[in-house]
Amino acid sequence: MTERPSTLKILSDLEISMTREFDAPRELVYRAFTDPELVPQWWGLRASTTIVDQFDLRVGGAWRFIQRMPDGTEFAFRGEFLELVPPSKVTQTFEFEPMPGHITQDTMELTETNGKTLLTVTSKFQSIEDRDGMLQSGMEGGANESYDRLAELLETLKS
Amino acid sequence: MVTSHQLDVTFSALADPTRRAILARLSNGEASVTELAEPFQMSLPAVSKHLKVLEKAGLITRGREAQWRPCRLQPEPLREAADWIEQYRRLWDERFDNLGELLRKLQGQGETK
Repeated sequence: MTERPSTLKILSDLEISMTREFDAPRELVYRAFTDPELVPQWWGLRASTTIVDQFDLRVGGAWRFIQRMPDGTEFAFRGEFLELVPPSKVTQTFEFEPMPGHITQDTMELTETNGKTLLTVTSKFQSIEDRDGMLQSGMEGGANESYDRLAELLETLKS
Repeated sequence: MVTSHQLDVTFSALADPTRRAILARLSNGEASVTELAEPFQMSLPAVSKHLKVLEKAGLITRGREAQWRPCRLQPEPLREAADWIEQYRRLWDERFDNLGELLRKLQGQGETK
């Protein structure tokens, strides 16, 4: 049941990526990214409910998700599909509605080996402000554990 | 408070694999330029160049001892970058965990238990 841990890479001052291997064929992983019935089951924070408001799956098509928190607060995210290459690649933009104009580009790349799929998500920020703002935007849902992140970062640096 | 500028400088410094390796080495304790150059197939001036970038970014300090100016890690700016990176990691780790669960569920559907 336990998956291999994710690998995080800093690609440049505006690009960061996360990679993980899944025990599933990539057609299925691709479906999880492109089926509006499936996306809400993994995309949102566990404590929240994700409602798909718009999902126009074609290049140039728009998507919009509403995230409802346990206390009833709602916030929305939107974007546009830029690239759809089944079953290997999806590129889309990401925008947090309360911070319009700060657009991140996320690319999901899938490679399959022996029935297992390696998924790499690369986030590309337009500017330093966007990079720093993205995570302040509604991503603060997780508990703020106070373990030593520096040690973890240094582990990351070794790879 | 994390300033964008400091994060920017830190990220630029971290974007290079040699500099990351130097920082990882310094996390085990101070070292001289010669010691730092050892694992890399690199000239001392090349390593010195990377050290200058790291020093300018405030990620390391160099001792004043004339002979071997030891390099030391300055963890504070790194901690700020680590906090940022940690948030990103946590966001995608949670999504990946959920995705893994979903994929197992989807694959289990066709089978009889």
